[in-house]
Amino acid sequence: MQDWPLWEVFIRAKGGLSHRHAGSVHAADAKMALEHARDTYTRRMEGVSLWVIPSAQIISSDPADAGPLFEPAEDKIYRHPTFYSIPDHIKHI
Amino acid sequence: MYTTDLSGKDRKKPAPSAAEDPALLAAFEARVANDEFIEPKDWMPEAYRRTLVRQISQHAHSEIVGMLPEGNWITRAPSLRRKAILLAKVQDEGGHGLYLYSAAETLGASREEMIEALHSGKAKYSTIFNYPTLTWADIGAIGWLVDGAAIMNQVPLQRTSYGPYARAMVRVCKEESFHQRQGYELTMALCAGSKEQKRMAQDALNRWWWPSLMMFGPPDDKSPNTEQSIRWRIKRETNDELRQRFVDVTVPQAEAIGLAVPDPALKWNEDCGHYDFGKIDWEEFYAVVRGEGQVAKERMQARVTAWEDGAWVRNAATTYSVKRAAAKVAAE
Repeated sequence: MQDWPLWEVFIRAKGGLSHRHAGSVHAADAKMALEHARDTYTRRMEGVSLWVIPSAQIISSDPADAGPLFEPAEDKIYRHPTFYSIPDHIKHI
Repeated sequence: MYTTDLSGKDRKKPAPSAAEDPALLAAFEARVANDEFIEPKDWMPEAYRRTLVRQISQHAHSEIVGMLPEGNWITRAPSLRRKAILLAKVQDEGGHGLYLYSAAETLGASREEMIEALHSGKAKYSTIFNYPTLTWADIGAIGWLVDGAAIMNQVPLQRTSYGPYARAMVRVCKEESFHQRQGYELTMALCAGSKEQKRMAQDALNRWWWPSLMMFGPPDDKSPNTEQSIRWRIKRETNDELRQRFVDVTVPQAEAIGLAVPDPALKWNEDCGHYDFGKIDWEEFYAVVRGEGQVAKERMQARVTAWEDGAWVRNAATTYSVKRAAAKVAAE
């Protein structure tokens, strides 16, 4: 038998936090994917909400493009507050 | 639970294949040496991928087969408390197997292939599960010693260089600690009980002590993959280092509840601050690796039967999902 499709599992640990990737499960359909995610990844109150997404639906960046994609930010240090020197006696800034 | 690398056939040192770009290889080696994590889509040498698939899938198989010796005792647990604990532990082992299969799948191995390799006997799993669980005290010894040895092995693997494996290990280690504690507590209860109960606990320790030491794998000088695996940060410590640490922490635990470790050569060595211990019967270890463990056949039989008996459920679920998908398309 062919493997069931792979699903990625995301868990919200508690209200106020975003869902975070926990792992993956195989399942025949979405309902089963949720059930497997619950049994596999939340046996110890790890979350209050689950997302499952077919792994094939995730579009990801190529690690080989990490340079062109993310390096340009490195020479834009003026985007950070510490780039600007303000005298000590100026408060609340 | 845990498995060490038990591959018998491809023990040749993995050499970088000629087709691999030396610049990519050098960049990879530098990243690993710098303790960076390697992620699924990153470039990696074929030998690194192969070693990981073998190690992670063996580890996964060990978790799955590890459910069998204990599952045997669920219906025989002496109290509801112990039964609930054992059920939760066995369910955890199944979960650990699933985390690990998923991690191996990120390297291109399919679940189907891995399960097939286990059932056909092509894939190895930890030798420890081919010993029988004869009495209830064995459930205590497994938690205390076998899971204890597993933790010793898995803690450094939380920093293994392959990201998905390391993350699976973080989750496993968090859960495994209860396994060891419940086993020790069970053994402690037996030692505080009747003479017969204490004798049962001692008998379990006698039978599980040496196989537990073997779980760390062959001695370093007989473990040719270790050097490469340490260089690639797949392994962080050698078999002998981990084994010594296990002996050092476990002996006082046995003494504290009045049990005797079955090793006449065991002696605290003041000079090096470790226990000296007796020679391990490596012939027995290699025999079990070859599939000559006392209950190796029964274990695989039970595993294959469970898989085959569940086939109709998997088929029904597949058929249902296909039908529902077709109905949905028709309705649109």
